[in-house]
Amino acid sequence: MSLKKHVKLGLSALALSISFNSVAAEDPIKVGILHSLSGTMAISESTLKDTMLMLIEKQNEAGGVLGRQLEPVVVDPASNWPLFAEKARELLAKEEVDVIFGNWTSVSRKSVLPVVEELNGLLFYPVQYEGEESSENVFYTGAAPNQQAIPAVDYLMNDIGVERWVLAGTDYVYPRTTNKILETYLKDKGVAADDIMINYTPFGHSNWQAIVSDIKKFGSAGKKTAVVSTINGDANVPFYRELGNQGIDAADIPVVAFSVGEQELSGIDTGPLVGHLAAWNYFMSVDNDANYDFIDAWVEYTGNEDAVTNDPMEAHYIGFNMYIEAVKKAGTADVDAVKDAIIGVSVPNLTGGYATMMPNHHITKPVLIGEIQDNGQFSVVWETPSTVAGDAWSDFLPGSKDLISDWRKPLFCGNFNVVSGTCGGKALAE
Amino acid sequence: MGISRLLSHLLLACCVLWPGHALSQVEDTEAQQLLTALADSSFAEKKAVVNRIASSGDDRARYWLESFGANKLGRLEASGQFIIVLSNRGRNWTVEDALTRENLGEISRRDIDTIRVNNALRNELEGILSVIDLKSPDEDQRLTAARALKGSVSGTLAERLPELIEAEESASVSEALTEALAIYKVEEQGDIAAVATLSGSLNSEARAALQQAMRSDDVALAAAAAKAMDSIEQKLKLNRAAETLYFGLSLGSVLVLAAIGLAITFGVMGVINMAHGELIMLGAYTTWGMQQLLPGQPGLALLLSIPAGFLVAALAGIAIERSVIQHLKGRPLETLLATFGVSLILQQLVRTVISPLNRTVITPDWMSGSLMINEALSLTLNRLYVIGFALVVFAGLMLIMRKTRLGLDVRAVTQNRAMARSMGIKATKVDILTFGLGSGVAGLAGVALSQITNVGPNLGQSYIIDSFMVVVFGGVGNLWGTLLAGLSLGTINQLLEPWAGAVLAKILVLVLIILFIQKRPRGLFPQKGRAAEG
Repeated sequence: MSLKKHVKLGLSALALSISFNSVAAEDPIKVGILHSLSGTMAISESTLKDTMLMLIEKQNEAGGVLGRQLEPVVVDPASNWPLFAEKARELLAKEEVDVIFGNWTSVSRKSVLPVVEELNGLLFYPVQYEGEESSENVFYTGAAPNQQAIPAVDYLMNDIGVERWVLAGTDYVYPRTTNKILETYLKDKGVAADDIMINYTPFGHSNWQAIVSDIKKFGSAGKKTAVVSTINGDANVPFYRELGNQGIDAADIPVVAFSVGEQELSGIDTGPLVGHLAAWNYFMSVDNDANYDFIDAWVEYTGNEDAVTNDPMEAHYIGFNMYIEAVKKAGTADVDAVKDAIIGVSVPNLTGGYATMMPNHHITKPVLIGEIQDNGQFSVVWETPSTVAGDAWSDFLPGSKDLISDWRKPLFCGNFNVVSGTCGGKALAE
Repeated sequence: MGISRLLSHLLLACCVLWPGHALSQVEDTEAQQLLTALADSSFAEKKAVVNRIASSGDDRARYWLESFGANKLGRLEASGQFIIVLSNRGRNWTVEDALTRENLGEISRRDIDTIRVNNALRNELEGILSVIDLKSPDEDQRLTAARALKGSVSGTLAERLPELIEAEESASVSEALTEALAIYKVEEQGDIAAVATLSGSLNSEARAALQQAMRSDDVALAAAAAKAMDSIEQKLKLNRAAETLYFGLSLGSVLVLAAIGLAITFGVMGVINMAHGELIMLGAYTTWGMQQLLPGQPGLALLLSIPAGFLVAALAGIAIERSVIQHLKGRPLETLLATFGVSLILQQLVRTVISPLNRTVITPDWMSGSLMINEALSLTLNRLYVIGFALVVFAGLMLIMRKTRLGLDVRAVTQNRAMARSMGIKATKVDILTFGLGSGVAGLAGVALSQITNVGPNLGQSYIIDSFMVVVFGGVGNLWGTLLAGLSLGTINQLLEPWAGAVLAKILVLVLIILFIQKRPRGLFPQKGRAAEG
């Protein structure tokens, strides 16, 4: 009797688990999208939401992954940094998403970071940032400073012969850290302190007259001068307009920008800006079939013939494909399995090469320098001969040059100090 | 099909075999060779090729080089045919044949390889083109070319310049050429006589040449250069002071424009309208809308948006007044919160209905660029227009408030509502009209702001604080106060900015206002008499 009962129980349990499994196999993989759809950052972030929806739609048309469909879960953190953390918690705890693609500003990433680490989520972050961070749960598909700022400065110094530098930025963490790195780097290269001018302006600054006039004055000292701009968001439009109006020609004082892409240029008449530079890892104008296909898909998806693509969109494209590959490789969407599987995964990028996920959760990228053209596009004038691996910890800051990050076992540490041999306070055994 | 293709092949063969069409054209094979060399060489090698093309004497050389500089010279991937891109927007580009100038229609961007150009080459091209342009019959073109030559005169050109100067009819062109030659002589030959020519010049290339001469080992030359530099520095100081004043006035006029509508709704009526910034935004969006309705005529659209922006914002203002503010009369805190809500609604409405992205408002040609007073001082035109516009709007408002029946009614109602009503003035109607007027003026500010800042959902937010600041500083209820406060705050800000940086300058101005309000709580021009008590 009791044996029979046991068998019966066991059988029903088996049946239950089988039916459970088969349900699980048909369950969609939930993809959280954490981009602001309202507020100041909506201008940049809402297109990334659409990019993700498009990528998911295409993947589902192609049969999803592991026979499972992907289901987007869109939330709106409304450009409000603390709300980012709440929404991330909602995605991970309530919606139980398998992965999150999101954030733009560094401050919003910093706000989400503890939540993602606590709830063991996966976050793909698609924007160029200041580095000095490596988390077990975050994958940085945008550029670290050594994949954007440093090569751009090298180009100006070696190819253009710039001797005098204006570092102009918006007053927040990314420009300040980047400029600190650049200042140290320039001084290491023998640039005198007098030949570096640093200027910060508030978000959305619109009255550039005095600053542009200052730059003009600084640049008329007989040495070749360039502006390295980390000015963020829509403050760029009046800045460039003022440059044009005050007659600063790219041939006299070129401006190389790290935050100005096709999207930002679509808001201005670029006629007077021809020749000013930007450093990115992707330009819409890159002559490559994968890129043209992506643009065609994007134009079709948005229904707007003039829709532009930009660097963070490519980062999401790469990040999304890496995630899909990692899920295939792991055979499951389980967070820990994907986290291990994704290191070393290579997917094609849109510039004709491959992007590989490095053990420090950054990816390899080519660095391109483009000059602005009158149609709001960039023409590539220089690129690195091969891809550059992202460096989580800058080699040019005193506190961070001894740190490395490696999320493979046995090291498994985001801030390992190679001099002291310790993992930033974290025990190695962990 | 087959026959037509055969024909076109025959035609092509004819063209290639036929000797040059006109005397000043090189043969197509040679042109093809030159352009191929340009396309296939590295940036460093392209420089030589560019010079070869310029010296080929072909009529089309200028066109090719100009297109190349503008990134519009390209090659078809399949056939290797050289083309000039006429329109490079979107995914299909309109192109024409570079040699025959035959229009080839629209071709997919995938099939076109543009020949890349960079800043260094563009610089070189500019020099070459200005040498070509020196022979142009058009005086303005010659002048631009002569000015561009300053600091980029080459040795061979320097030999030919004296005769060009001799032959030049226009005084300003020959003056510019003389200076260009003098810069070359100081830089390359250390010519003391040329230093005298440069004395008093405000050109930055001339200054660079003099600075170089000052470091020279030749004592006499260095002394002469130092003396010339001194006189230049004196002149520069004056020009820079004038420039700062201009910057201050222009920032001030923006503040006045943004604040003057508020001076009416807040200052005269006493309504704290947090949605004032969004009314400005509506005005700016009206400009954008007008430009969409009248494509290709940005100037006309801008002029038409002046009345249109006024109307749109005024109607929106009246709607806000009727739906929200009239029910909260005499409850300033509730009004503040309610209008803040309205401002958020308007912002999100624009985001949802139009787009979260900024819209491009085109600046008409007559408003872009700058008015060059001399080589060190030029006034940006868009700002100049905004200053003028601000003054006109101010004068108009003063006229309405002082000389019209509406103005009289407004003043009566604000001074003593009960008394005014008992005299037969319809207070509610006056409220509507006044609020409409103030809102409409905010719309006008939006039209002007669309020319200097971004047109996007956040436009209003960045001006609301500044507007309140100006009105409170100027004295609530006084239009003259608003004008003076706006202009002086703008000037103070611009004086502080080079010295303190943009962020600190703004903080300092705020601190200054707080201190000032402590001393004089009613602002620069306090209202006197009975109205002050109300």
